[in-house]
Amino acid sequence: MTNQKISKGKRGPLSWLLFILVMVAALITFSALLFLIVHILWNGIPHIKPSLFAWEYNSENVSLMPALINTLLITIVTLIIAVPIGIGSAIYMVEYAKKGNKIVKVVRITAETLSGIPSIVYGLFGMLFFVTTLKFRLSLLSGALTLAIMILPLIMRTTEEALKSVPDSYREGSFGLGAGRVRTIFRIVLPAAVPGILSGVILAIGRIVGETAALMYTAGTVTEVVSGKGLSWLMDSGRTLAYHMYALSSEGFHTDEAYATAVVLLVIVMIINWVSNRIAKKIAKV
Amino acid sequence: MGKKVKETFAHVIFFIAALTSILAVLLICVFLFANGIPAMKEIGLFSFLTGTKWAPNNSPASFGILPMIIGSIYITAGAIIVGVPIGILTAVFMACFCPKKIYGPLKAAIDLLAGIPSVVYGFFGLVVLVPFMRELFAKYECRGTSIITASLLLGLMILPTIVGVSESAIRAVPESYYEGALALGATHERSVFFTVVPAAKSGIMAGVILGIGRAIGETMAVIMVAGNQARIPNSIFQGVRTLTSNIVIEMGYAADLHRQALIATGVVLFVFILIINLLFSILNRRNEA
Repeated sequence: MTNQKISKGKRGPLSWLLFILVMVAALITFSALLFLIVHILWNGIPHIKPSLFAWEYNSENVSLMPALINTLLITIVTLIIAVPIGIGSAIYMVEYAKKGNKIVKVVRITAETLSGIPSIVYGLFGMLFFVTTLKFRLSLLSGALTLAIMILPLIMRTTEEALKSVPDSYREGSFGLGAGRVRTIFRIVLPAAVPGILSGVILAIGRIVGETAALMYTAGTVTEVVSGKGLSWLMDSGRTLAYHMYALSSEGFHTDEAYATAVVLLVIVMIINWVSNRIAKKIAKV
Repeated sequence: MGKKVKETFAHVIFFIAALTSILAVLLICVFLFANGIPAMKEIGLFSFLTGTKWAPNNSPASFGILPMIIGSIYITAGAIIVGVPIGILTAVFMACFCPKKIYGPLKAAIDLLAGIPSVVYGFFGLVVLVPFMRELFAKYECRGTSIITASLLLGLMILPTIVGVSESAIRAVPESYYEGALALGATHERSVFFTVVPAAKSGIMAGVILGIGRAIGETMAVIMVAGNQARIPNSIFQGVRTLTSNIVIEMGYAADLHRQALIATGVVLFVFILIINLLFSILNRRNEA
């Protein structure tokens, strides 16, 4: 709404009531968030100590370091799988498909379906397909493949939007200079769309970091860093930070450490949100 | 490589990438149904869906998921009662009442609310809400982990979804609606609530449905605060188990028919979600038209 001062009617009791309802609702929303964050930081920060970041996990120090490293690895592997497919798919939808193409419609519907599926259903599917049928066992690879399907619609949607916002004159200019379609996409359109794609990727990282239910029965719950010669660490099982946090708080013996772990998760999410916000603002300025 | 070959090759690659999501949905459907339906057949679809007793370790074992279906419905309904009014009103605040200066930080706060992992919500519920509810409803023999606690927590968790979708629906209403109402002498509040919000109705409904989907599918946070007893509750101060928690809690040690019954639980959840998705896309289509 604009802030133009058109002369407004005088507030009667009903208007006051509506005004108060709106204000109270907003107050509840934002104070709940504020309370949650302050509560976790207040109780968690004093318990952040070096032993929590020890390289080796044991039941004494309940170190979160192995889980943190696993989270980083699973994030990278997931992105390596999902980002090229997501971008490729979006390129097809925006640059190749003609208007009214049936396949585009079907892809849209399936992507919408995928984004509504709850993470536990992804977890079940990952367990049945990657772990059991393809015999990848409980492993980082099974987890990453499951998560890749989960974040695919997010990457597709944000990339599609980014590609659509590149003005057609860029493409026409490139074609006019004799460049082919592939060259135009990779040299002209994609570079212009990078910030939009990046903000989608960052949102996806946020989902991966916070994911628990989809990973319990695909990547497993082992407390150590995945290991193995060459690429065989991909087939090793390991828990991520969010599951680690769940294990700590449900066991009930390590509430202080659970608070501290929650702080670490919260800080990661805040950084992710801040970065994606910055990128979004940059896009808006251009 | 000739230019033409290169172009065709790229076209094919991008096309295959576009097919991935179709393939993924097909695989998910095939594997869930193929692994879940045999159990439904063995137990009997009717006694599986309407059986009130879930006792996989008894002999003979009984696999009735009605308590879990009811649990999911109760908790989701509770989350709607808590989250929908607050969410819609907050969306109205963001779109029509928020001073420009603080809009940026508040928008970022909503995004943060959406980004906080469900385990962190669950932990917060466990250490703050559960003891609080235990005290508050002590005379109703509330053990803290209960339907009402889970509803409150889920209500908070679905707020960002409802606020986000509703806010953009409200912003999409043409300015002239608002101005017209003002010109007729209505106050800012009346113009907003009696012209702008009704015009955004179907978009707001889409946001609510999306929120319902989130609530039904939520797993980790619910496990931590709902109590997880597999029986039909007779008060909102009792604990309850949802479809999602049933899978996560028992999948770790389940075998044979028990395991299949859990996958079948996932199938029931999946069908619920598909129905909700369908409603959502129908509403969205109507918005675009």
